[in-house]
Amino acid sequence: MKAFLILEDGTVLEGTSIGAQRDVISEIVFNTSMTGYLEVLTDPSYAGQAVVMTYPLIGNYGITPDMESKRPWPDGYIVRELSRMPSNFRSEGSIQKFLEEFDIPGISGIDTRALTRILRDKGTMNGMITTNEHYDLKAALPLLKAYTTGNVVDKVTCKEKKTFEGKGKKVVLLDFGAKDNIARSLHKRGCQVTVFPAHTTAEELLLEQPDGIMLSNGPGDPKECTKIIAELKKLYDSDIPIFAICLGHQLMALATGANTRKMKYGHRGGNHPVKDLQTGRVYISSQNHGYVVDTDTLDENVAKPAFVNVNDNTNEGLSYVGKNIFTVQFHPEACPGPQDSAYLFDRFIEMMGGKK
Amino acid sequence: MPKNQTIKKVLVIGSGPIVIGQAAEFDYAGTQACRSLKEEGVEVVLVNSNPATIMTDKEIADEVYIEPLTVSTLEEIIKKEKPDGVLPTLGGQAGLNLGMELAESGFLEKHGVKLIGTTAETIFKAEDRQAFKDTMEKIGEPCAASKVVHNVEDGIRFTNTIGYPVVLRPAYTLGGSGGGIAYNEQELTDILTNGLRLSRVGEVLVERCIAGWKEIEYEVMRDAGGNCITVCNMENIDPVGVHTGDSIVVAPSQTLGDKEYQMLRTSALNIISELNITGGCNVQYALKPDSFEYCVIEVNPRVSRSSALASKATGYPIAKVAAKIALGYTLDEIKNAITGKTYASFEPMLDYCVVKIPRLPFDKFITAKRTLTTQMKATGEVMSICSNFEGALMKAIRSLEQHVESLMEFGFDALSDKELDEELKIVDDRRIFCIAEALRRGVSYSHIHEITKIDPWFIDKLAILVEMEQELKTKELTPELLKEAKRMEFPDSVIAKLTGKSEDDIKNMRYQNKITAVYKMVDTCAAEFEAETPYYYSVYGGENEAFDTKPLKKVMVLGSGPIRIGQGIEFDYCSVHSTWAFKKEGFETIIVNNNPETVSTDFDVADKLYFEPLTPEDVESIVNIEKPDGAVVQFGGQTAIKLTESLLKMGVPIYGTKAEDVDAAEDRELFDRILEQTNIPRAAGGTVFTSEEAKAVANRLGYPVLVRPSYVLGGQGMKIAYNEQEIEEFIDIINRIAQDHPILVDKYLQGKEIEVDAVCDGTDILIPGIMEHIERTGVHSGDSISVYPASTISEEIQEKLVDYTKRLAQALHVVGMINIQFIVMEDEVYVIEVNPRSSRTVPYISKVTGIPIVDLATKVMIGNTLKEIGYPTGLAPKSDYIAIKMPVFSFEKLRGAEISLGPEMKSTGECLGIAKNFDEALYKAFLGAGVTLPKYKQMIITVKDSDKPEAVDVAKRFSALGYKIYATRSTAKYLNSHGVEALWVNKITQESPNVMDLILGHKIDLVIDTPTQGNGDKSRDGFLIRRNAIETGVYCITAMDTAHALARSLETAGRTLTPIDISAIADARSVTE
Repeated sequence: MKAFLILEDGTVLEGTSIGAQRDVISEIVFNTSMTGYLEVLTDPSYAGQAVVMTYPLIGNYGITPDMESKRPWPDGYIVRELSRMPSNFRSEGSIQKFLEEFDIPGISGIDTRALTRILRDKGTMNGMITTNEHYDLKAALPLLKAYTTGNVVDKVTCKEKKTFEGKGKKVVLLDFGAKDNIARSLHKRGCQVTVFPAHTTAEELLLEQPDGIMLSNGPGDPKECTKIIAELKKLYDSDIPIFAICLGHQLMALATGANTRKMKYGHRGGNHPVKDLQTGRVYISSQNHGYVVDTDTLDENVAKPAFVNVNDNTNEGLSYVGKNIFTVQFHPEACPGPQDSAYLFDRFIEMMGGKK
Repeated sequence: MPKNQTIKKVLVIGSGPIVIGQAAEFDYAGTQACRSLKEEGVEVVLVNSNPATIMTDKEIADEVYIEPLTVSTLEEIIKKEKPDGVLPTLGGQAGLNLGMELAESGFLEKHGVKLIGTTAETIFKAEDRQAFKDTMEKIGEPCAASKVVHNVEDGIRFTNTIGYPVVLRPAYTLGGSGGGIAYNEQELTDILTNGLRLSRVGEVLVERCIAGWKEIEYEVMRDAGGNCITVCNMENIDPVGVHTGDSIVVAPSQTLGDKEYQMLRTSALNIISELNITGGCNVQYALKPDSFEYCVIEVNPRVSRSSALASKATGYPIAKVAAKIALGYTLDEIKNAITGKTYASFEPMLDYCVVKIPRLPFDKFITAKRTLTTQMKATGEVMSICSNFEGALMKAIRSLEQHVESLMEFGFDALSDKELDEELKIVDDRRIFCIAEALRRGVSYSHIHEITKIDPWFIDKLAILVEMEQELKTKELTPELLKEAKRMEFPDSVIAKLTGKSEDDIKNMRYQNKITAVYKMVDTCAAEFEAETPYYYSVYGGENEAFDTKPLKKVMVLGSGPIRIGQGIEFDYCSVHSTWAFKKEGFETIIVNNNPETVSTDFDVADKLYFEPLTPEDVESIVNIEKPDGAVVQFGGQTAIKLTESLLKMGVPIYGTKAEDVDAAEDRELFDRILEQTNIPRAAGGTVFTSEEAKAVANRLGYPVLVRPSYVLGGQGMKIAYNEQEIEEFIDIINRIAQDHPILVDKYLQGKEIEVDAVCDGTDILIPGIMEHIERTGVHSGDSISVYPASTISEEIQEKLVDYTKRLAQALHVVGMINIQFIVMEDEVYVIEVNPRSSRTVPYISKVTGIPIVDLATKVMIGNTLKEIGYPTGLAPKSDYIAIKMPVFSFEKLRGAEISLGPEMKSTGECLGIAKNFDEALYKAFLGAGVTLPKYKQMIITVKDSDKPEAVDVAKRFSALGYKIYATRSTAKYLNSHGVEALWVNKITQESPNVMDLILGHKIDLVIDTPTQGNGDKSRDGFLIRRNAIETGVYCITAMDTAHALARSLETAGRTLTPIDISAIADARSVTE
């Protein structure tokens, strides 16, 4: 069946429908990873967005156990070509079936490179996937312009807490839409990890008497999370070691007086160079963010840049002055992408007084 | 880390002559690196024995030495040039080994020279078998377990610890004979017993068998600050067991999940860090298809064939970055030249699929074994890019120029099911075609996978192509179906064949339905950043990105495709120089080529690069978009020449000599008319299509006769026939491929062969130099030792040569380059052939005369006269140096290949000996080709009767050099009766000790064996002697002239060799201009 991708600027691209056949309006973003489509699909940070994969051959190794959460989150999925026959010793099915099962509409046969070039030049924009050949462009465009992702953290966070038993440091993980590998990375290092819903109050968390607090990644505009920001301010004051990733990093910056801004088209992929400003070392990182901490708004008595993106000089991490807090914009938990910055979890363990 | 300011002058070591396994990729890497160093203000001293390279140009390096790559030569050059550093990682294994030897001997330290780009310790850790194993063990990276054993018991004991199956490799046996795979103790005992007996040292390596695992490679970069990145990973479609150089390779990997991908990536980074590599490195893995288990197969701590491929596949200039790292820069300080915005410290993201297919030489060596093993056999490769795998594969197949455009070739359809099933088990270059036929017959994926171990994902892709063939055959050709077929890059010709329509019908239908190719950019970043360097590939469907154009005249330079015997790196040299010359003249330049190993496909050589097959259809698609003002076909060998007619049909004018004049040189009858008109003699002959006609002509002329197809390069299919039976055989071989043009049968004249390259502006000509071959006619010019300036011809003959060249060039209205081969017999000069295009000798003659031939030819092609350019016409004055070009062969790599020289070219590369006098030049040339004699001062002579008188002279010379001479019965008898002492030795078929035992005794320096004429490949005795000599590393000569030359070279050996900076020759010339 034919399907159409209509962009906010009036561009229409034609392809073939995959997955669910319902219409969907969402923010269209592109990801440049060549492997790891399943981890991308199950990354809760994509809630409220439809993802374009720039790599043209998707689904080659099918659906494997490599899920970062229980389900796929994007509103829509846009690819050039889906493999008709996945091949991998762990493959349990095809991506087509997976999308259908979770009712996610998608479109294949799109010139994803042309689409990416549009998003690069004009910036991230909203779009609609529809299978209606008689779509009404005039009627659709205002709807597209009006769309916002809203507060999607509520949608993706866990409903109740759960604990991964461990003999080491006791970590509470605040789940704004956490990828599973964050908890796994800590647990693998011996930590006892308790995952809490995003709206858990600071008091409740502190009652656990954790050795450290982990703030996770998550979807959407950080400024939408006003309540969470207020709680984070209290955690900041608590003197418990804190490590934050992505949305967690942005929220901590907002909680301590800095500002965030939306990027033109964000960073999504597994090839972003980040420089550790302390050592000068450059690491290739996995990234997925559309907002960034505005370093001009940093109070240098509160936080200092710790990492910077080598390509565009945007902030990639902060270390908090006089505090046992450091936060990064990229994803040391990888999955998908390079594992080069996994050492940051060791650093967190050390911050909590443990040995790596 | 900023640049190391103490490095102001660097010696770069090249890789030497092109041989199988070490080819044009090192010219590409070396050239890029030299330019990168010069960009930083570093003075570059370059040494390479290969004159056909771009890296040995004075534009690329400041001081250029085309000298034998030996330790002593390098020491002399270092003493003379006093560089601050030596960069050994760009010259392949040859360069690395030399760098290592210079460092280990303490020479570098003594002269205050640093090894840059690597350290001796790094090389040792990566190259030494045990050190490498220990290093991998230390960081927990698994290698395939192996052990050297000397008896069966140890073998069994070791195998019990690692498990079956195991691979057994006896040491020092012919081409790995006596080895095999053992699946149980019985087999192990059998093979091991046999292997131990066959091995000269009674040694067998027992290794865990990982054949059938996936073979994956990573290209990694690291700087001195410890930052590392992977440029690219690649997956071999052929599982472990086939050398990666002979495998079909796809980039990025297709069947690896992120888990597998990152696991191996992390491993590669750990390895490069532990080895402390600063620069580029290639890591090869075997990955078990049904688990996460893997083994490190090999690490190459330098740029390599794979890194060239990775550079072209991603746009990331590995050699350029490696050179900057060698100077001390860190990755985040080096700009990404493709985007101009980002830095080298990132990982390229592809939004397309790349396929590489090796170019194998089995069309040249029809007796060679086609089987692909761990010994590389390919001479070159092609790469193609598309947004889908099917399309990339289809494009790569036709880029090979083997008259194959689809998967329906090689006659597998004629086999019975049972035969086909047997054929599937054979691992050779035709395997994917065999699989395609099996799929056509409905053989299951699992059965094919079971036999071939090729991942089902790839089998499915072949099935998709096969299904499309069926659809085209059986369904009506709708625009939708056509669109889908084009998406998979089925060429119009194949669609026409399958649908029963004409090629023009298909093309018209495409144009009517707007099904045309669009071009996408290779930009290293999947469109995330805007790119500045236009590097394009075609796809069907989607948006065209190739629209930027300069307001300049636009020229399209057609490249020469994959490197093969007969059409090598020389043509890339010419294409690149022509492109640069056009740029200088204010043109916008476009290169079309598909060879990832070459300089021409580097992203910044032309203004625009189209990485595409060189077929009329593919070129026309580019022409439709670019609308060039003209095209150049003179420099891309036969590949480009063949496109002339099609380009004219597209309305693209050809710069230089007109197409009809090219025809007049190639077409027998037209050319005869030219000769008549110019009053120049040639050997009598005729044109034929069938063997009956050929026999009639041969009988008229008298045997022997020279038989060859027209419009070929490198003497493809050319043979000397001594009787009717051979005529039949040769015509039959030629006619296996349908011939558009007649076959030529000429009287074979044996004389002195002379070669001339010239530039002509339509009126005046400039002949930079006359070259004389050491071997008489009958040996292909590319396989002959060539001497500049011609040393044994008289003044009168020389005048005649110049006069004939001028007459021919004028009669053919040559504008640009012309290459002519002559025979000189007594006082008469005959023409052998005229090629109105650049030739294999152009780079060499340009360098030794200092005359920029390609540059001049290009200027002439766009309308300048030689006088206007300011060059004198006629024969240029002789240079002060003698330069001798020596062919280099790769016979030891090709089991079963006939090595005797003849009219069909067999060499893969060449080197140069350049000196003030003939003897030193000759000695250097042999040295450069790896002939380092004497060793044991023992030789074998076995020659055909007609060569026996000459063999006496040769034997006397070697005898005087202290050689002990063995000879087979009749040769020995002849020599002894003519006053040369020769020991009689039994023929192979006679009882031991015979000539074979002698060779296998490893104490023989040299075999002189001239093949008996008139028996073709059936003279098994001589064939076996030659093969065995080659495979045991014994130098083997098959022409008496070569033997004389070697004797002369050895007679004058032992002197100190003086390295010559040839950039000074060019400078001296330009002063006199």
